[in-house]
Amino acid sequence: MSVVELDRIASEYNNKIEGFQKIIHICTGTGCVSSGALKVFNRLRDAIDSEGLTEKVLVKKTGCHGLCERGPIVVFGNDEILYQTVGKRNVEDDVKLLIATIKDDQIAEKLLYRGDDKTKRYVSTHDIPFYSGQTRLVLALNGIIDPEIIEDYIVHGGYRALVKALSMHRDEIIEWIDKSGLRGKGGGGFPTGVKWRSCKTAEGSPRYVLANGDEGDPGAFMDRSLMEGNPHAILEGMIIGAYAIGSNQGYIYVRDEYPLAVERLSKAIGQAREYGFLGNDIFHSGFDFDIEIFRGGGAFVCGESTALMTSIEGQAGEPRAKYIHTVEKGLREKPTNLNNVETWASVPEIINKGWEWFSSIGTELSKGTKVFSLVGKVNNTGLVEVPMGMTLKEIIFGLGGGIQGGKKFKAVQTGGPSGGCIPEEYLEMPVDFDSLTKLGSMMGSGGMIVMDERSCMVDVARYFLKFLVEESCGKCTPCREGVRRMYEIVDRICSGNGGEGDIEHLEELARAIGLGSLCGLGQSAPNPVLSTLKFFKEEYRIHIEEKKCPAGVCKSLITLHINPEKCTGCMRCASECPVGCITGEKKQVHTIDQTTCIKCGNCYDVCHFDAVTIE
Amino acid sequence: MEVDTGKLNSIVQKYNGDKSYILAIFQDIQRIYRFLPKEAIKYTCEQLDIPFSKGYEVATFYKTLSLKPRGKHTIHVCLGTACHLRGGPNVADTFERELQVKIGDTTGDDNFTLETVNCLGACALAPLVRVDEQDFGKTTPGGVKSIINEFRNGE
Repeated sequence: MSVVELDRIASEYNNKIEGFQKIIHICTGTGCVSSGALKVFNRLRDAIDSEGLTEKVLVKKTGCHGLCERGPIVVFGNDEILYQTVGKRNVEDDVKLLIATIKDDQIAEKLLYRGDDKTKRYVSTHDIPFYSGQTRLVLALNGIIDPEIIEDYIVHGGYRALVKALSMHRDEIIEWIDKSGLRGKGGGGFPTGVKWRSCKTAEGSPRYVLANGDEGDPGAFMDRSLMEGNPHAILEGMIIGAYAIGSNQGYIYVRDEYPLAVERLSKAIGQAREYGFLGNDIFHSGFDFDIEIFRGGGAFVCGESTALMTSIEGQAGEPRAKYIHTVEKGLREKPTNLNNVETWASVPEIINKGWEWFSSIGTELSKGTKVFSLVGKVNNTGLVEVPMGMTLKEIIFGLGGGIQGGKKFKAVQTGGPSGGCIPEEYLEMPVDFDSLTKLGSMMGSGGMIVMDERSCMVDVARYFLKFLVEESCGKCTPCREGVRRMYEIVDRICSGNGGEGDIEHLEELARAIGLGSLCGLGQSAPNPVLSTLKFFKEEYRIHIEEKKCPAGVCKSLITLHINPEKCTGCMRCASECPVGCITGEKKQVHTIDQTTCIKCGNCYDVCHFDAVTIE
Repeated sequence: MEVDTGKLNSIVQKYNGDKSYILAIFQDIQRIYRFLPKEAIKYTCEQLDIPFSKGYEVATFYKTLSLKPRGKHTIHVCLGTACHLRGGPNVADTFERELQVKIGDTTGDDNFTLETVNCLGACALAPLVRVDEQDFGKTTPGGVKSIINEFRNGE
């Protein structure tokens, strides 16, 4: 195989699709699918059939476009028109609008993205701030290619980096990765080139390359979107890495909770084998390499490198101490190079465009881009890819369009259970590997969860502790016992039984757990507590001393009332109350029965007249 | 409980009897029974030539494996951070009330098993509920009944 041959495959595929006058991309990422994208796809195909347009219009299923909140997303051609929430209200009506756009270029106003002020409508993705503010490298082809068709990837430049890499000296490839400044995007931020070199020079054989697609971080889904939307980029990166390091066997570790990712990766591996990109004597270079998928079992700790390897070995996925690095003795005690899927997917473009290009993006010490999953109480939830160094404010208020319902920003949680909460005063902070760590948080794998005034920071700390209690593998005592103890204390504070000394006790435990735990899960487990204590100590104090929850979340500390002066008797709260404890006639003041109220706050959230109050 | 040794054999064969694939083997077996019967663990361990304790350790370590029988439909209420913040716990509570089961349990008619999960990766649509393989985004306590009915009527 050579570039000439790749060109031939690309031109054959191009001939196939050349006859189409219009290409329509329907996002079939998990987000859009759960909003009904497949129904839209099927109905649109039928409608195109019955209009006799099958020869003229190609409808493609693509990976995630990123704007998940507004799904299902339908994009015409090369980002010329973006339609949002297609089929949300009525599939038949919206499909008619799509057909009108196909036949007469008639733009359906009501399906266009609207700005935050709800007046301005945007036609092309290039104009929508959510997209125009991004720099998409890793996600560039998500939303454009059909992840199940390898030729589509090849048409868009796929596997050319592999051809180029095979003509390079192995050390030169590692040199490029090193100079590019690429750092591990799974959260560690370790220099990728350094890792590759250590693995290549480590004693022992065989050598393994692994891709970490475990992504157990609650609130993060960039790996999933990448595996579902552009699996070949991950494979290509791994093949290049394996060649450079001298490995013949790779594994992709994927969560069992991600069935679509497993399916698409499996298909991609099959196609890559057919074309000879995987297997024996790849491109007649004498280099053999193959990849297998390993399905995880729903254990968060298996995202940790040594636990992941133990899991592939067929055991309970417990971590082990890292006195000896995994690049020297990893999977089956052999030299092993583990990178996150996003890191692997960054490799082909570095080879294609050169390390100078990559290192020109980002900051001094954090090069390139990072994909974040922007979720929580923000208007445009979804996936964004930005150059390192963009500020939190630019991401949350620029791309994310600010806080939902016009509420006040309170904090952003980054780095998942290993990270922390960052308050408003640090919104100007550039986001890169090192600056977030200075604040006691971390960039982690890229989860960014936005919180507003209705989020209780003590409750958030409790949430993460509960998560970690459930996910601790139990191998080492500080993590197994210590995190549970921290959870008990914070739980007590949330239920109004906090007392003097609790905060000091938490801080002491946090230090001990951080120092004494075996793996990253335990070592970083106290972070969510420490960062909330650092920035929101007053909120803890109010819970402990005044027995109140200022955000109105902690159920033992609140009561809900209806203000008779503001209640219009619209009945909305009554109809949304899950236990039916709100009574009142239409246009009459409603009341809450305190004995049956479960304090879920649903009535507060749905009331349009601020008539429900939390005390 | 009797297990179908023919089916178990063919799963073990699919992985060439390689014991490092024990997790994948268990996952495949679970797809047949909707849970992992103890007899199946025992039989598989014999075939793979590993002690039962080792198999049991793996079976109890991973969350996607269940040693308890599951109902016809499994309801997963996601409690990832985004779902937690947008009211996931209230949705889970409502499922408990409507189905009259606790999280982790199965309804008396064996129709539904209610479970929570720590993130399904569709955080933009929080709070998310997954029933079998179908996802429901932006759920509310008020919408729980209709999700249950969709599967109840589909029997």
